[in-house]
Amino acid sequence: MTKLILTVDDSASMRMLLKTSLTAQGFRIESANDGEHGLERMHEVNPDLLITDINMPKMDGFGLIEAVRAIPGFKSTPILVLSTEFSDEKKARAREAGATGWITKPFEAAKLGAAIRRVCP
Amino acid sequence: MSDELDEIQAIFFEECAEGLTAAEAGLSAMKAGDADAETIASVFRAVHSIKGGAGAFGHVDLTAFAHRFENVLDEVRAGRIAPSSGVVKVMLSSFDILSDHVAFAKGSAERPNDTAALAALEEILKNGGAGEAGEAPAAPAAATVAEAPAPAPVEDEDPFGFTPVLVSLDDFDVVEEPVAAPPPADGDWIVRFGPSRAALSNASEPMLVIRELESMGAEIVDVDTSALPGLRDLDTEDSYFIWKLIAPGTLSESELLDCFDFVAPDSLIEITRCEAAAPAPVLEIETVSVASAPPVVVDDAFVPIEPIASATPVAPQLRVVEADDPGKPARMEAAAQTIRVDLGKLDMLLNLVGELVIRNSILADRLSPQDQQRVELPELARLTRQIQDNVMSLRAQPIKQAFSRVPRMLRDLGEATGKQVNLITTGDTTEVDKAVIEKIGDPLTHMIRNAVDHGIESAEKRLAAGKPAEGTIHLSAEQKGARIFVRVKDDGGGINRERVRAKAVERGLIAADAVMTDEEIDQLICAPGFSTAESISNISGRGVGMDVVRSNVEALGGRVEIQSVPGQGTSITMILPLTLAILDGMIVKLAGQRFVLPLASVVEAVRPEPGQVMMTTPGNEVIEMRGQYVPVKRATDIFGIADTRKPEEALVIIVESEGVGHVGLMVDTIDDRREVVIKSLDQNLHPIRGLGGATILGDGSIALILDIEALVSHPTAHRFAMKGMAA
Repeated sequence: MTKLILTVDDSASMRMLLKTSLTAQGFRIESANDGEHGLERMHEVNPDLLITDINMPKMDGFGLIEAVRAIPGFKSTPILVLSTEFSDEKKARAREAGATGWITKPFEAAKLGAAIRRVCP
Repeated sequence: MSDELDEIQAIFFEECAEGLTAAEAGLSAMKAGDADAETIASVFRAVHSIKGGAGAFGHVDLTAFAHRFENVLDEVRAGRIAPSSGVVKVMLSSFDILSDHVAFAKGSAERPNDTAALAALEEILKNGGAGEAGEAPAAPAAATVAEAPAPAPVEDEDPFGFTPVLVSLDDFDVVEEPVAAPPPADGDWIVRFGPSRAALSNASEPMLVIRELESMGAEIVDVDTSALPGLRDLDTEDSYFIWKLIAPGTLSESELLDCFDFVAPDSLIEITRCEAAAPAPVLEIETVSVASAPPVVVDDAFVPIEPIASATPVAPQLRVVEADDPGKPARMEAAAQTIRVDLGKLDMLLNLVGELVIRNSILADRLSPQDQQRVELPELARLTRQIQDNVMSLRAQPIKQAFSRVPRMLRDLGEATGKQVNLITTGDTTEVDKAVIEKIGDPLTHMIRNAVDHGIESAEKRLAAGKPAEGTIHLSAEQKGARIFVRVKDDGGGINRERVRAKAVERGLIAADAVMTDEEIDQLICAPGFSTAESISNISGRGVGMDVVRSNVEALGGRVEIQSVPGQGTSITMILPLTLAILDGMIVKLAGQRFVLPLASVVEAVRPEPGQVMMTTPGNEVIEMRGQYVPVKRATDIFGIADTRKPEEALVIIVESEGVGHVGLMVDTIDDRREVVIKSLDQNLHPIRGLGGATILGDGSIALILDIEALVSHPTAHRFAMKGMAA
């Protein structure tokens, strides 16, 4: 079954990059452009995996992860953070919020694909 | 695939432009003392996004600079550095360098010299964040190095200093005793894995890890269930098992560690290698215990794990994997509220709508009023008009894009001239056709330069005149009907008419005794080759003058208006059409053929009285208009068609041209006034001087559109000279 991934990033080029490189690896991609929108889309899309940026307008990645984890149906949905940030503090926060893993931008498509398959085979 | 990447990269650069605009707006607000959290966050986000995208496309310099800038912004955002005026100033100049870096990444500029800016940012990080030196901004791999070394000097700085090293090799949480293993083969790995409660609640599935290890040849040899409580105490959400696996010794340690990338930090992960140390039956065990630090980061799984990764920078290049069948990735991403459309497609649509408009008017011409009603032509026409308006609005962009470079210019100009200038911008959300926006950049640049250089006085002069030392430039845009008014208004000394006049005489632009109104003198600054600068400064005097403004604006079908009050300032206004595709035209007959005159150029139409048109020299005619003489052109002058009519049999349309002033065109009749869709001739013909394009009229016939400027401008015809004669 093709995995359905929701990517949340406020940068259109980043969304397109993700879409292009992950579609090429056989994933199906839906996207949203900020945390609030991402949360809405979670319900519509019901993805196998959520990939989210951290710094976004409206609702940031931490807020999104917390909100998603608070929804019973998404308790076991893997969530990967894809951000240029990499401080321990931020990662700890993401983890606390319920993130499954953290990938630092810029990403390499193949490795991102491998990481996705790792949490969501 | 690379086309696709190029396309995405183009979008990235658009985002950069948007980000830069947002950052600049935020920084300007901060400069004005408005440093609230949301403002700071918006600047941070903008720079942060630029950095992220730049990394993805391998723009190393841009990434490195944005990173340093972002560090400072992050400190300010966290409240550790106060946005004092000094700090904001450094950020503003860093912003300028950042813009230059973006231009460099785009390939449209040289690499900027960012040494000073980097040093200034570094300085802020060092001093601004006093007592936090340990939290070095660019200290690589803070994760692994507890005692981060002081930040390296800028020059030596590894541009990839921020490439994270994410797997901590710190030996803490060493497990007391390696499991007394069932006989592992010599050199095999013993892996112990006990996922924590957090791992389960973060959706990292232990079975996935185990399955992955199994796929690599590992085998479960034991499950330690000693932690499992009695049923009564069992928490179903907690984790109690420790799996023990034996993995082939041929695997590398990092291959094994990779499997644990996403395992929560407090899980037990223990990897030990068995080495049969020859004589003794004791197993010598090398323990690597990973109390996985942060939620592990994939990047590093692919980077040779070394404590300090800065020595081995990895170019942040994006490589998109070529799949056999990429499954046709969608070219256009439908974001939530916007969709990006190729401009060519829009232009095509606009063209087709233009055709539709023309067909409509042809129908209107051919059908009787009853038939028009019968086929509901009025309704069709209304819909067509709506479609047309909508298509036009698709091409419209906020004029903000053209305004965005002004603040930077003012800073540069301020530095070069020593004049402090405040900028007030209004109406920057006014929407204008994209083509218009693209073409007003240069004129606007020149108007601003002109205002700072010639308009705003030096601080001393201003103070002496009772004005604030800082000058103010008001940049505004406003839509009135189908026109856009873009105005640059300064509060400087106004146009020095004496000097302008003297210069014009000196340049031979006007006769020494020409009688001119103030407005006419003001207009002279737009005359070709005119420059009021006493000495050519390197600000405005780049070999171009306000004539460039005028000619660019005219090329767009617009005009320039100048108003100046001595001692109070000058305002220069570009009056531009909202669109370049439709023209408000007057349809006239000239030598038996129909032509379109841009209505914007038409001042008035007169039927000359006998004697009102007179010949000055053979072939040169003038018409007397309220005591002034205006040159008159005939079809003879324009198309070389003999036209021997008496003037009183014709109509004279007085048109305004920026270059020559008023000129009369002698035509047969005025047929109509209507909006026409401009069709370019360029694709089919060489550019023809005097013709601005063609259009199709309601009856299906073709009419040429006259380019008034090109038509009437003639070096010898000058209204000021003419007026001198009249006086």
